[in-house]
Amino acid sequence: MTLLQIIKNITLVTCTLLLTSQANFAFANINVFACEPEWQALANELGGEKVSTFSATTGMQDPHQVQARPSLITKMRNADLLICSGADLEVGWLPVLLRRASNSKIAVNKPGYFFAANHVKLLGMPKVIDRSQGDVHAAGNPHIQTNPKNIALVAKALVKRMKTIDPTNADYYQTNTDDFLARWKKAMRQWKKQARRLKGTRFIVQHASWDYLMDFGQFEQVAIIEEKPGIPATTGHLSHLVKQFQHNPADIIISAGYQDKRASKWLSERTGIPSQTLPFTLGGNGSSNDLFSLFDNTFALLTQTLTDKDK
Amino acid sequence: MKLNKITILLSAVLITVASSSALANEITANKKTKTPTYNQLKQEFQQLKQSYQDKIAELELRLADIEDDNIETQENVEQLAIDVSQQGNQKAANTFNPGIGVILNGRFVNYNDNFEYTLPGFFIGDEAGPGEQGFQLGELELNMAANVDDKFFASTTLSFGEGEANVEEAYLQTFAAGHGFNIKFGRFFSDIGYLANKHKHTDDFANRPLPYEAFLGGQYGDDGIQTTWLAPTDLYWESGFEVYRGDSLPAAGASNSGVGVWTAFSHIGGDIGNSQSWRAGLSYLHADVDGREGPEGASFTGISKLTIADFIYKWSPEGNRADQEIKIQGEYFFRNEQGTFSDRNLTDSHLKNVAIDRNQNGWYIEGVYRFARQWRVGLRTSQLNSDDLPVQFNDSFLDELDHSPTQHSLMLDWSNSEFSRIRLQFDNNDLNGEQNNVWMLQYIAAFGAHSVHGF
Repeated sequence: MTLLQIIKNITLVTCTLLLTSQANFAFANINVFACEPEWQALANELGGEKVSTFSATTGMQDPHQVQARPSLITKMRNADLLICSGADLEVGWLPVLLRRASNSKIAVNKPGYFFAANHVKLLGMPKVIDRSQGDVHAAGNPHIQTNPKNIALVAKALVKRMKTIDPTNADYYQTNTDDFLARWKKAMRQWKKQARRLKGTRFIVQHASWDYLMDFGQFEQVAIIEEKPGIPATTGHLSHLVKQFQHNPADIIISAGYQDKRASKWLSERTGIPSQTLPFTLGGNGSSNDLFSLFDNTFALLTQTLTDKDK
Repeated sequence: MKLNKITILLSAVLITVASSSALANEITANKKTKTPTYNQLKQEFQQLKQSYQDKIAELELRLADIEDDNIETQENVEQLAIDVSQQGNQKAANTFNPGIGVILNGRFVNYNDNFEYTLPGFFIGDEAGPGEQGFQLGELELNMAANVDDKFFASTTLSFGEGEANVEEAYLQTFAAGHGFNIKFGRFFSDIGYLANKHKHTDDFANRPLPYEAFLGGQYGDDGIQTTWLAPTDLYWESGFEVYRGDSLPAAGASNSGVGVWTAFSHIGGDIGNSQSWRAGLSYLHADVDGREGPEGASFTGISKLTIADFIYKWSPEGNRADQEIKIQGEYFFRNEQGTFSDRNLTDSHLKNVAIDRNQNGWYIEGVYRFARQWRVGLRTSQLNSDDLPVQFNDSFLDELDHSPTQHSLMLDWSNSEFSRIRLQFDNNDLNGEQNNVWMLQYIAAFGAHSVHGF
């Protein structure tokens, strides 16, 4: 019977695939499943060679729109520590993954269950929780990584978890963290310097992704192109923005690496306001490969665009 | 600390005063030698302004540094505030416990008045086909789900439609048993194949493909128990085993003291780079059938063995699904049924309980393309095939009429947000030898708990 042969072949292929694919989590003390690349990078900074990390999303993907795909279920099954932004950012896929993976180490409220948003002050609490306002995040704005100070706060909370999960290497994690925080503080001073020169800059943003950057730099966010989260901007809203900014232009339009640039380009052409894509997270562009270069690049791009404009 | 700030501010004022007087001296000196032009004056003024600005910025930065040195204490205060606000967060989460979601799935249907939905050669359920013409409420679904305690997750889905309420699913499931094991029991959709465990409102088309209608009555859900195991491999590999009561299609009669069906399945899957992901699987369903009823008193008793091979492949640029995505999906069904069959319409009317041993198969393949954030277009073909039966089965509904029922579907849908969708679908049916077209306009809306992004 041909069907039997098909089954045989599939079994053979399966076995070969299983043998060739090594469980890449094998030798680390802590296997980290990060929902976003910034938390993967942070885990690497604090955990060094004692951790093996994986990120469910890249800088070119919308972290909200991910599906609970097979590869993620498998990675989660083998994880000791789950690090996600939280605040409902991953609400569409994380609960399903957690159930399918059936991993008691990262179940709700276990030491391996870590949400970064629980360790910083959340901004952007919606005044009205109603889906007529789009896919609002009731818990507050989840894009906390755009303020470098939040990274430091999360690092301090995260190292405690790492020490709980792998107590034998507690000193190692603490030393790494102290070293990271010292370097981070120094770098933050530099970014703050750059931000001060741009203080009061008026921003138009593609999506409400930048509340925390605005807070860090004391920038002013004057408009959002995607007015209601999850619903593309209407032409009505766009032409309203053109009217609003034709005579009293904002300074810059920004969007994240993974976002559709057409609306911001269109607005930029009609108002003369320069538009700039920022990395938003690691891998959001070619120059943002670690947490330090992410912010180096962000502030370099902002400074460059805003100075070019003044010339 | 205050003292420090005051010292710096004071020194700042002194520096600015000193430097400005120095600059003023220079300007007076210049004046004495030659009369400056307006432009020169303007330039000098700009320089002056710039140097003040730089100095003020420098002072601000130094103040910021002092604040930074103080950051530890400041953070401790903030941490305290966060700890307090966490309590508030917990409360907010409880308001969504259980998560309650409502799905509206209605439609408008139009076809030629002569169109009759039959699949020659197959027992089909009552709900198969496009239903009556015109506006239909379709199916209203109410889902409530929550973790029951530290071991179990529970979900119930009630559906309302055509004047009756149904318990679609009501199950308990372990969610952190560990080692990749999961146990589920109650009433639930089977994990065989690809579409079987999906709720219909998440489908890419307004109706299920022909093999689902013919072999599983659209969907296989029943009362039973399931255990699954996820292998600790890097490649996704999940296998499972289910036992069911077996009261409805493809089984009947809840034979074997109410344990009439068992299934086994295995799925593998993974990613290829960032842009592609896939899953493939093989499933088997074994049903003890005791008096499955067809039209006009026809019935079958025996063993029904169904094998399903399924695959799905998805591509999106850099894995960013929001604006562009391609999805290709297909399943192949093979069924063997052995047993006895009775039908009043049989040619040889005194041959009741005739032995029957028959192979049937079916397949579908579909492709869906998201070409803009809100728009998708899809194409699907499905077909059923049956072996010939001896001449005595002529005129019974099991007679396949030497025909392979075929359906081609084309759909276009628009989703305003991820919570609402409107779909137009055109079906070209060649089910029983006659060509018939069906138009469907469908709306789907989800409100309440956030919808799940399944694969």
